[in-house]
Amino acid sequence: MPVQNYIDIFSQNRALIDKGSAGAMNALRDKAMKSLVRNGLPHKGLEEYLHTDVARWFEPDWGMNLSRIDMHVDKAQAFKCNVPNLSTLFYFLANDEFAASDTAAKASLPDGVFIGSLREAANRHSEILEGYYGRLADMDRPGIAAINTMFAQDGMMIYVPDGVIIEKPLQLVTLLHSPVDLMVNRRILVVLGRGAQLKLLLCDHALTGNAFLTTQVVEVFAGDGSGFELYDLEETHNANMRVSELYLSHGADSKAEIDYVTLHNGQTRNSVFSTFAGRGSSLSLNGIATIDKEQHVDNMTFVDHRAQDCTSSELFKYVLNDSSTGAFAGKVLVRHGAQHTVSEQTNRNICLTRESRMFTQPQLEIYADDVKCSHGATVGQLDEKAMFYMRQRGIPQAEARMMLMQAFVGEVIGRVALEPLRDRLNRLVEKRFRGELSQCEGCRACR
Amino acid sequence: MNSVEQENSLIREISAEKYRYGFTTDVHTEIIDRGLTEDTVRLISERKGEPEWMLEFRLKAYRHWLTMEMPHWAHLDIPEIDYQNISYYADPTAKKEGPKSLEEIDPQVMKTFDKLGIPLEERLALSGGVAVDAVMDSVSVKTTFKKTLAEKGIIFCSMGEAIRNHPDLIKQYLGSVVNYRDNFFAALNSAVFSDGSFVYIPKGVRCPMELSTYFRINAAGTGQFERTLIVADDDSYVSYLEGCTAPMRDENQLHAAIVEIVVMDRAEVKYSTVQNWYPGDENGKGGVYNFVTKRGLVKGVDAKLSWTQVETGSAITWKYPSCVLQGDGSQGEFYSVALTNNWQQADTGTKMIHLGRNTKSTVISKGISAGHSQNSYRGLIKVGEHADGARNYSQCDSLLLGSDCGAHTFPYMDVKNETAIVEHEATTSKISEDQLFYCNQRGIPMEQAIGLIVNGYAKEVLNKLPMEFAVEAQRLLSVSLENTVG
Repeated sequence: MPVQNYIDIFSQNRALIDKGSAGAMNALRDKAMKSLVRNGLPHKGLEEYLHTDVARWFEPDWGMNLSRIDMHVDKAQAFKCNVPNLSTLFYFLANDEFAASDTAAKASLPDGVFIGSLREAANRHSEILEGYYGRLADMDRPGIAAINTMFAQDGMMIYVPDGVIIEKPLQLVTLLHSPVDLMVNRRILVVLGRGAQLKLLLCDHALTGNAFLTTQVVEVFAGDGSGFELYDLEETHNANMRVSELYLSHGADSKAEIDYVTLHNGQTRNSVFSTFAGRGSSLSLNGIATIDKEQHVDNMTFVDHRAQDCTSSELFKYVLNDSSTGAFAGKVLVRHGAQHTVSEQTNRNICLTRESRMFTQPQLEIYADDVKCSHGATVGQLDEKAMFYMRQRGIPQAEARMMLMQAFVGEVIGRVALEPLRDRLNRLVEKRFRGELSQCEGCRACR
Repeated sequence: MNSVEQENSLIREISAEKYRYGFTTDVHTEIIDRGLTEDTVRLISERKGEPEWMLEFRLKAYRHWLTMEMPHWAHLDIPEIDYQNISYYADPTAKKEGPKSLEEIDPQVMKTFDKLGIPLEERLALSGGVAVDAVMDSVSVKTTFKKTLAEKGIIFCSMGEAIRNHPDLIKQYLGSVVNYRDNFFAALNSAVFSDGSFVYIPKGVRCPMELSTYFRINAAGTGQFERTLIVADDDSYVSYLEGCTAPMRDENQLHAAIVEIVVMDRAEVKYSTVQNWYPGDENGKGGVYNFVTKRGLVKGVDAKLSWTQVETGSAITWKYPSCVLQGDGSQGEFYSVALTNNWQQADTGTKMIHLGRNTKSTVISKGISAGHSQNSYRGLIKVGEHADGARNYSQCDSLLLGSDCGAHTFPYMDVKNETAIVEHEATTSKISEDQLFYCNQRGIPMEQAIGLIVNGYAKEVLNKLPMEFAVEAQRLLSVSLENTVG
């Protein structure tokens, strides 16, 4: 559908959209529409979208559940995707509808902590929602923030007040379920006070074989001295299209770790916009993509060093099989005065077949002199010498190849701070390379 | 003054450094009226006494140029250019009172090239030295050693002369590497180009001396649009050097050139540039806009093309010398030092297009930014589907001198073949305090220490230059950094 159709749908169903949502979310819709009219959808003609024509994904006549009909999602399926040995607070987003597991609902959270749906937040904590919702997502840069803001009706909000540490990781399983091809617009807002700490695990699954187009906008405000970990795992299917944007603002002396893992998908575009607003903060930003067939993964990162003494480290690795295509664009901007910035960025890729294709584009833009910045990118194959060494010692070729690929992505998995998740990822990646896709034991969701 | 203040004050002093080639030559020059229309193109062609096919070539390019827009994707802040306010042809060799002798050169012009250190008298050249094609504004003034070279079958002459005397070669190769549709400035150049050099090295010939072209802008209100074409036939070798300077003026002058190189089986071409166009004053006033398209088609098997550039001049540089590696086993190299100072802007780098099997490319780029300048490396490594065993290594380092300048890296990698290995590394930093401390400790003053380190930093590239140019380049770097960094 052309952009105009979306604008028409929006105008005609405005009352319905508002009714299924609340407060601050409704307040921003008009501004979002004006922005969409001005900028359109991101297309291949834009430098940032050179290798992913997101606008084309919006062309089919997607269904949209604006009247919020109950899709009868079997949430129990999601439990089969839990991480062994990792005790988490379990939540769901069924399409964009929030629900807590029984244990999570009963769990006693520290005073002032809010974990719930955005609609509920609009009623109970409107001041927080108004203060933060849509403040980071830049609707005027090429992307999907505008169309997401127009149509998003629900999602999740996490608010952790000053000094509160949530020990247990939060696991949010997003389940795509629909009897027809569906467009889902979901939204996640995370606000961490001074010294607050949170670990969030996002798992993306599709329960039905229909095509899905998901737009996801995540906004994270990390207060001074806070600690934030985000693990975003995608295990969907070939008919799934996902555009995700993460906006992250780092307070002074805060620490963040972001990991993107694409194990199975159709077409994926992840964008990360990270801004160092206060001094002395750090970011570890990592990604893995193991894809085959016609799959496509495009990770774009933009790290904006506005403050002094901040550190950013990025490591992205791709293994491309069959006719899959991968793209990585990483930009590091060191602004005037952001002295003592240390930034490193690495993107390494293995193309296993002639048909697979990789585009990589690391970028440095630096306006301060007392900095140490580097980036490196490689595209190549498995190390023949290592392969020869293993073959010589009696390891069959297929096994040796597997071990090398696993070691290759193992470097990224090794950066994951949560140990049980690390083990889980190693297991999933191994299965992926063995051609068993990435299904979790007995789980319908991941097939 | 503590060491940081001292360093900063030294860095400020760079700005005071004067451009030593900024003089003008008072010589009678015929300049055509400003503006660009089909008539201008016809007039240029007529002045140069060109055949009809050449005029057609120009007109096609001009008509295409009219449909194009100036590119804005580079990391450059380019002020609006009024293409109708430039004169596209200036001839300093035109005689006031009728032609006397074609060989006779205005003594003022001779003096100019003497002053620039370019010997136009063959007897003054060092033995085994350099053959020079000297171009002032739109006209080639003189080409030396033509006879010596002709004995080996080598053609080295101005483009105008080549169009008249070697039309078959020109028809075959002109525009074969850089088509007039390639980009905005390529179309402009194809329409209005004037002299540049033409080089043809026959099969199996190793050019006995360095060939060189020296470009000088002299007249005000003009631009320079030269065109260079080098064809190296099978098993031949040539080393070609290019130098350039311009007077200091408050106006911005446009230089939009095209360099095309064709390298056949097992041939090798080394192309070196020391670019020293007037960079503008310390407030960013004046200076040359250097928008150049340089590309080599490495057509033959095991052929090799090597670009080496030292870029210190120009107010704005937009330049990406490239190699299309078509022949199996062909090689491309790009070595670059780009120094920007005051308010200069540079967006420069290379493109390596791997098409043949077992092709190799190496990219070494060293950027140095000082003052308020912005210095960007932009590169593309493209590996085609059939380029089995393609190998690339790129390294781009940037050095920042002062806190008001910028250093940027924009590499693109596009790999379509699973047997290719492509590696890119980039670093950006300021001069290591440990290295400075080490030098200071051994009694080397700050100024010299910084110079020593910067020269060491650029050495990897300077070493690739022919001797005559290496000395000049090293001097240029130290002049730019004098009283600052050495």
